[in-house]
Amino acid sequence: MTFYLRRLAFYAITLWAAISLNFLIPRLLPGDPFTILLAKLQRSGGISPSVENSIRLLLGAVEDQTLWEQYVHYWGNLFRGDLGVSVTQFPTPVTELIAGALPWTIGLVGTATVISFVLGIGLGALAGWKRGTWVDSLIPSTTMMQSLPYFWVALLLIFLFSVTLGWFPIIGAYDVFKFDAPEWSWAFVGSVIYHAFLPALTIVISAVGGWLLGMRNMMVSTLSEDYITTAEAKGLRPRRIFMTYAVRNAAMPSLAGFGVSLGFVVAGSLVMEQVFTYPGVGKLMIQAVRNNDYALMQGVFLVITLAVLAALFIMDLIYGFIDPRTRSNNG
Amino acid sequence: MADRRTRFALNWSGKLIAGVVIVGAILLFALIGPFFTQDPRDSDNPALLPPGPGNPLGTSSLGYDILAQLAEGARGSLIVGITAGLIAVVLALFFGVVAGYLRGWTDEILSLVTGIMLVIPGLPLMIVIASYLPVRSLWVVALILGITAFAGPAVVLRSQARSLRVRDYVAAAQVAGEKTPRVILVEVLPNLLPLLAAQFLFAVLLAILGEAGLSYLGLGPNGSITWGTMLNDAQGGGALTRGAWWWFVPPGLMIALFGCGLSLINFAIDEVIDPKLRTAPAAAKRVRKARKAGLDKLGTSAGATEPAPSVSDPDRDDRSDDETTEEKERVEA
Repeated sequence: MTFYLRRLAFYAITLWAAISLNFLIPRLLPGDPFTILLAKLQRSGGISPSVENSIRLLLGAVEDQTLWEQYVHYWGNLFRGDLGVSVTQFPTPVTELIAGALPWTIGLVGTATVISFVLGIGLGALAGWKRGTWVDSLIPSTTMMQSLPYFWVALLLIFLFSVTLGWFPIIGAYDVFKFDAPEWSWAFVGSVIYHAFLPALTIVISAVGGWLLGMRNMMVSTLSEDYITTAEAKGLRPRRIFMTYAVRNAAMPSLAGFGVSLGFVVAGSLVMEQVFTYPGVGKLMIQAVRNNDYALMQGVFLVITLAVLAALFIMDLIYGFIDPRTRSNNG
Repeated sequence: MADRRTRFALNWSGKLIAGVVIVGAILLFALIGPFFTQDPRDSDNPALLPPGPGNPLGTSSLGYDILAQLAEGARGSLIVGITAGLIAVVLALFFGVVAGYLRGWTDEILSLVTGIMLVIPGLPLMIVIASYLPVRSLWVVALILGITAFAGPAVVLRSQARSLRVRDYVAAAQVAGEKTPRVILVEVLPNLLPLLAAQFLFAVLLAILGEAGLSYLGLGPNGSITWGTMLNDAQGGGALTRGAWWWFVPPGLMIALFGCGLSLINFAIDEVIDPKLRTAPAAAKRVRKARKAGLDKLGTSAGATEPAPSVSDPDRDDRSDDETTEEKERVEA
């Protein structure tokens, strides 16, 4: 039980640290975001005192409050689910904008992550099984894929398939000329998949190499264990040795890695979304950065961190359940 | 076993040679390239010229020579990458090795910081920090990248330091009354070198990729040219829709090549850290050859079947080494 208590304590502290970081960054760094923002708002036609107040609070430009009072106030707002109001899309609450963008990112990056994991593990297991053959000489090329800047891959794909060949759309998550708003119909789903193909391909290309390499190396290590030799000596069929003896054991570390990468799905591919103008969380954040929309930017950062924490926490619990060794091996 | 001489003898395979050549060539390009190319901000050339004589890689929409920009960008990107890599590794050494070696409360606190930094997503954090800094020099960007990237290497180094601290020679040094910093620096650190080198190369690559991402979003160093800012310019200048592939392909390709070179070197280092990666495929190859030879013999002389040699023979030494370490830890616990 101490394992779960320790993990729980860790996540509680991390949560506190992340939120405090979010509070402190605008206050500790040089620069005067408040003045920039106020000037921008006044140019676009005045703001109400209450909005000005909330921006002051967010950016720490409140004169008559100590840092501590601001901190308490900040927590109070958080507990009420109030992340402030967006400036770019005034006066939409930040939470509403994030809620609108979240499904797109989770759907796209989540699916692409699962695809690259399954593909990478499968190919990696086969490559490990065929160790010492010509397959080994293909392995280094997977690292080439890993070191590609993924948004550059996205640029190339767009240039090749959208601009030159015209097979795929350049921007958006669905055909905005055909559909006014997301709806439940086959035509719409088809449009979404059509638009998601290149972004998903980008993620798979840049992620599959890592899974492949990790799994292959684990397979090579596992296959040199004594119990594999024993299994061979017993005369078990190669297929059985492969699946039940080798892959099952070799996949454990990758499974843990998969949990981590699921956690980072929301944070996933900020730049990629920008390249494809995909209406997800990443594009929202970048849009906020470009327009000095600090409330929106910090809201997105907070949500991303929370999502990572939640996913990792769930994964920790599951992994502690699957692999009892993690529980005893504390610290 | 567990002798203190580091077995940091790289296996000079084709992979390693290729990696060193690629990385060396790019470093050389960054060092002397800018002396042989045009002024990267000279806009006298015609705009959007395809590659040809005079401008080997063409020009941008503002008439900048792409090759000159690429050389200057190599400098910027490498400065950011190497500086950030160094910062990350130094931080990782402190948070990883000190935590792994000391245990107790120091370990708890240092590991907690590492854990928090590991969990907080790096790129969004970088974006938030960078967006609050109105002026960003190359060095500031490197600092941000280094600070946000130390957690991963720290975790790896910590677990290795934990296993090293129970080795006999470390215990001997402790019994001999050596001070803790000396034990860490003289006894533990040299044995971490291969791992440290691998983590450093990886951190450099991550920093270069991170810088490219930040710069592409317009949050990179202001006033400097890097491969990332080139991509940002290309995007802003409509290189994609105007078909100016010579503008956005080279910077990404340079990053990919450099990363590939670093990974190839890392492959060789990996094989030093985990000898199984080298010995096991070789052993499997030997077994297959032996089997084939045996079958040939069977066909000609119809003699008795030869037992195939065991696959796991060559690496038995390494494993027994690991096992003793584990045992020691168990005994201590």
